[in-house]
Amino acid sequence: MKFLSDKALERLRTGADEPDLLGTRYRLLERVARGGMGVVYAAEDQKLERRVALKVLDVPGTDGDLANRLIREARVLARLEHPGIVPVHDVGTLADGRVFYTMKFVEGQRLDKFIATVESLHDRLRLFSRVCDAAAFAHARGVLHRDLKPANIMVGPFGEVLVMDWGLAKILHGEVAESAAPADHEVTIYEKPKKPNDGNSDTTSSVITGHGTVMGTPGYMSPEQARGEIEALDARSDIFSLGALLRFILTQRTPSGLNPHLDRSLEAICAKACAEQPGSRYSTVQEFGLDISRYLDGQAVGALRESILDKFGRFYRRYRFFILLILAYLVMRVLLVLFLKR
Amino acid sequence: MSEDRVPEGGERFPPTRWSVIDAARSGDQAERARAMDTLCAAYWKPVYKYVRLRWNRPLDDAQDLTQGFFVQLIERGLLDKYQPAKSRLRTFLRVCVDSYVMNEDKAAKRLKRGGSFSHVALDFAGAEEELGGAVMDPAAIPSPESLEEFFEKEWVRGLFELAVEDLKKYCDTGERERTFRLFEEYDLSGDETISYDKLAAEYGIPATDVTNALAWARREFRRIALERLREICSTEEEFLREARAVFGWEAK
Repeated sequence: MKFLSDKALERLRTGADEPDLLGTRYRLLERVARGGMGVVYAAEDQKLERRVALKVLDVPGTDGDLANRLIREARVLARLEHPGIVPVHDVGTLADGRVFYTMKFVEGQRLDKFIATVESLHDRLRLFSRVCDAAAFAHARGVLHRDLKPANIMVGPFGEVLVMDWGLAKILHGEVAESAAPADHEVTIYEKPKKPNDGNSDTTSSVITGHGTVMGTPGYMSPEQARGEIEALDARSDIFSLGALLRFILTQRTPSGLNPHLDRSLEAICAKACAEQPGSRYSTVQEFGLDISRYLDGQAVGALRESILDKFGRFYRRYRFFILLILAYLVMRVLLVLFLKR
Repeated sequence: MSEDRVPEGGERFPPTRWSVIDAARSGDQAERARAMDTLCAAYWKPVYKYVRLRWNRPLDDAQDLTQGFFVQLIERGLLDKYQPAKSRLRTFLRVCVDSYVMNEDKAAKRLKRGGSFSHVALDFAGAEEELGGAVMDPAAIPSPESLEEFFEKEWVRGLFELAVEDLKKYCDTGERERTFRLFEEYDLSGDETISYDKLAAEYGIPATDVTNALAWARREFRRIALERLREICSTEEEFLREARAVFGWEAK
């Protein structure tokens, strides 16, 4: 038997790892990232002469849990045509037996990296609103994401916001549900839920079962999801994740090195979205997004019962320019009167 | 568009053969012998090298202990205690080797083993050559912390060697000797100066033929290695976990 040197072992590993694109329209360019189920490569679609992202499973076979999940993910994406959701182009099996799908190649930065470049609170909130738009659209199509977190949001070079990685999506209704159902019973809880991410702890990795099935990310998954109550999950589970995401976005340092301060309204919005009981959260993403819009417009948010002082503070923030203008005018008048009396 | 490729790719992989663990636990002598052969083929070399290095046993002793270990593994039903959910098979086997070597009552028990249970030829001389002077050089002996890593690496090497051997046979029967030679020169020689163009010139064929031949050989190698691996795993979960370890997917 031929002895294999360490170099030969490494070469065999590398060679065996590369997807065999023989017979497809794609040409391999480079490895981009590794996920829970497989690897994402940049590839060239030789027919259309464009760059695509090719996601391929580690192991061959079209009938295993992972293969089902990857195919399902592609089908979920196919039914979610929205500017905030990455479009899928193709799904199939490579010559080496591994299931793959191709999608739009998104150039840009992950939100967890990008957020540090956004200075203004309002810009951060507007960015978050676009994530809400995509989630609301998916919910309207009966799809829960179940793994919303900064690492799964991409921000493109023109400011476009895309929600990625729908491998853990749950179909609430519709034809994809049938193929999705068996895999959901495999979900296993490995960790207890933690407090919503404050942006400092290292809880960004998705928890996976031994099957390699992503089931959520501690700090971002709702308590009911972490308990494995799969059947009970609804839009409010994603709302919990969005609340944790909002807290992350708002608490990350700005480019000028400041630690943003959450005012009472934003604190109340995050707390309501991340309430322990689903019934205490926003009932829909639209309702959540509406509170964000109200905040941006300087209106009272539904999550906070305001005191007189809060109302005055908000009134002041909203009409600060006019208030200061009137005050300046009054001061000038008083000074003028005093001057004329002398 | 790609829908038509789905069944084609799927058919390349034969039905799963579960599993050597079940066979080793079977009451059927023939089944147990098959399990012994499979386990022996996959693990004898790492076990032998491990005994040589970890226990610093002389050549003859290490050979006897290696053979004796596999006989005991089957005859004493050691695999009954193995729980895939709790540990990896190779970790379990390594721990068993440790306790076997510690408990072994030297020559008397080893003599009782008699003839080899396994039909697998154990090329101890070859394994010894691979070890080189490691046993003699204290600096080359792995530290206790890295022994697990050493055992795993040797296990992967053993698995890949078996897969290469299978691939060679497959190529010989399918009249693809040239493909195997290209694969051997490019992927197995460890020569980093070799290129597709050099091979094309050497064999007088277009570079695209080299590309296609190597793609085919890697695909088949991967398939065979995974089949071999599947045989020595007892559950799908364990198989996926081990596949990730073997191909280094965890680390990347």
